[in-house]
Amino acid sequence: MQDNATLRAVTAAERGLLSCLSCGLLSRPAAENSRNNCPRCHATLHSRIPHSLTRTWAFLIAAFILYVPANLLPIMETKSFFGEQQDTIMSGVVFLWESGSRILAMMVFIASIIIPLFKLISLTYLVLSVQSKSTWQLHERSRLYRLIDAIGRWSMLDVYVVTLLVALVQINTLAHIRAGLGATAFGAVVVLTILAANSFDPRLLWDNSPTDHDRH
Amino acid sequence: MTDIENNHPASDLPQAIQAKRWRFAPWLIWLIPIIAALIGGSILVQSLRARGPSVTILFKNAEGLEAGKTRIKYKDVDIGTVRHISLTDDRKQVIVTAQLVKNAESFLREDSRFWVVRPRIGAGGISGLGTLLSGSYIGVDAGKSDKERDKFTGLDLPPFVLTGLAGKLFILHADQIGSIDIGAPIFFRHIQVGQVAAYELNGDGSGVILHVFINAPYDKFVTTAARFWQASGIELSVDASGAKLNTESLSAIISGGISFAIPEDLPPAPVAANNTDFALYANRDAALKLADTAVKKAVVYFNESVRELTVGAPVDFRGIVIGEVTGIRLDYDKKSGNYAIPVELNLYPDRLNAQRQKNAIPATTADLVSMLDKLVQKGLRAQLKTGSLITGKLFVALDFFPTAPAFKIDWSADRVVIGTVPSTLEELQTILTRIARRADKVPLDKISADVRKVLASLDTGIKHADKLIGQLDSKVAPSAQATLDQARKTLKSAEGVLASDAPLQQDLRDTLRDLSRTAQSVRDLTDYLERHPESLLRGKKEN
Repeated sequence: MQDNATLRAVTAAERGLLSCLSCGLLSRPAAENSRNNCPRCHATLHSRIPHSLTRTWAFLIAAFILYVPANLLPIMETKSFFGEQQDTIMSGVVFLWESGSRILAMMVFIASIIIPLFKLISLTYLVLSVQSKSTWQLHERSRLYRLIDAIGRWSMLDVYVVTLLVALVQINTLAHIRAGLGATAFGAVVVLTILAANSFDPRLLWDNSPTDHDRH
Repeated sequence: MTDIENNHPASDLPQAIQAKRWRFAPWLIWLIPIIAALIGGSILVQSLRARGPSVTILFKNAEGLEAGKTRIKYKDVDIGTVRHISLTDDRKQVIVTAQLVKNAESFLREDSRFWVVRPRIGAGGISGLGTLLSGSYIGVDAGKSDKERDKFTGLDLPPFVLTGLAGKLFILHADQIGSIDIGAPIFFRHIQVGQVAAYELNGDGSGVILHVFINAPYDKFVTTAARFWQASGIELSVDASGAKLNTESLSAIISGGISFAIPEDLPPAPVAANNTDFALYANRDAALKLADTAVKKAVVYFNESVRELTVGAPVDFRGIVIGEVTGIRLDYDKKSGNYAIPVELNLYPDRLNAQRQKNAIPATTADLVSMLDKLVQKGLRAQLKTGSLITGKLFVALDFFPTAPAFKIDWSADRVVIGTVPSTLEELQTILTRIARRADKVPLDKISADVRKVLASLDTGIKHADKLIGQLDSKVAPSAQATLDQARKTLKSAEGVLASDAPLQQDLRDTLRDLSRTAQSVRDLTDYLERHPESLLRGKKEN
């Protein structure tokens, strides 16, 4: 589709048809104002995800709000014989960097700080661009969406680490680790961004294209 | 794909299955960010509210302190964490900024104190051992002041007296601190009842002020009459009363200490209030000696060496100490052009009256004047005496010397002067000198000339005697010899007569034997006559 401008695409929505997001089957809607299920795979059919932008916004805003405590509050509280320590994500990264594990520090930094932030900002940009009916760089934007969808789970890395440590290090009096409020908030941020990415309908990107309509 | 779509009309497509519409109002989705906002907001508010005040403490160094790790503890309870450690601009001190927990404002008082708890081993004991494993922490003692403050200077050493500790603080004034250190024990009857909390120089540097803390059950023993003295180390004193060795406890020997006692001869006094001032005496004797309330100052002038007399030497009245020497000086007397040694005395008249009889000691000056005049008239004088033959220390003895030259107290002078008599040693010296001086006056030259003359005449006399003896030898001796020979002859013949085997002796013995036989016969006769008196008339009866 290098030459999109020359093609006149017909969308299912324009023809009043529904495409199944699960199995790709096209079908006619059964009735107005009723829920349609795919005749083949029984998945719920939408021409476009209803209230996609609203839902994405809601999840995004919630994620933005929780992103602040996720980074400020300690995600892990270590109590050992030698004292008590509280680590935020950033202090963990700094500790790893200073103790020489630079690759690990970079991984944690990317997975726990860069990716959530990247997701939040990218999704916001996508939603805003749809709302402003921008047609600029549609391919790159849809690629961006696919990337967001793909890397969404990676951020859970930190939560897994904390969960594992909390479960493993429970030596009474000598040492024990507790998950902090930051971990909860961070987990919520990751889940909310995944939900936001899911509730965003990438087909909306192409609806604004005046000349080029991809098929669905 | 567009081709396919174009070729297939919509009617060819399968129809979707109709399902029951599952409705929910789209605005409900906004509950999610609202809930998130509530949760996030409450977390933030909670953590912000949990943050207490921050405090800045200056320390000399940051040994053992670590930003983000070192705790601030009060009674072993965490009340904060050190956040930053930095240097002051002049690099002389360390600024420690700490974040306290909520409600910790009450620790930030004007008189709160902060110090670093590290393991410490000192003469007073071992402390802070727990920090060997857990690392140092900052201890805090909450003040009671109403004024707030958030900048403090950390103490170098942990304070020994914490706010809220039951007991009382007292202030001691001393000339020198001796070996007393902070934390030095305070003893009452050899039981440790408190410790030295702090010390400082007084304003003009003329003395030392010690703050001591007496723990609760014992502070009631500190009455206003209490006397404190330094019980530091070993006290060896050599004075007119001999050598004395005093110690308090082993730890006091090492780290110094203070003792206190209530002089027993004083009436009970009220319990001292907090921060009462006391004097700190150098030793027990000095402390308890001052139980004498009335002090009379007097001066005695000695005209002899006071070499072994020291300040503090006792003033003794017939063996009872009634005062002490407070000063020994040298005075030039312009009138006589002589040096005199004024020895200043403190007399305690109370001691002259052990029974505490009323009115025995004159209360008014006039009474005292008349009493002293009377005593002096009776011969009261001061004299230097040797207290101990070993140490040779001198003391001032007061006694009556009726033969002493007359003396009268000059009441117009500013000090009471008591007359002196020379010491016995001095007197002996004087007498010996006098004898020597008299011996000096004897005309030995003349005497020796006379003696020589006498000797010469004696010589001639002896010569005469010699001559006489010579005459005796030549004339008298031969006749004497003859006489003696004669005498010897006579004696020899006498010996012959008297010898046991001489005929005379033999005869005499026979005669005596006959005589005894005769006597026997006479006795027989008389016996017979006694039994038979008739035989005198009728003759012996024939048996």
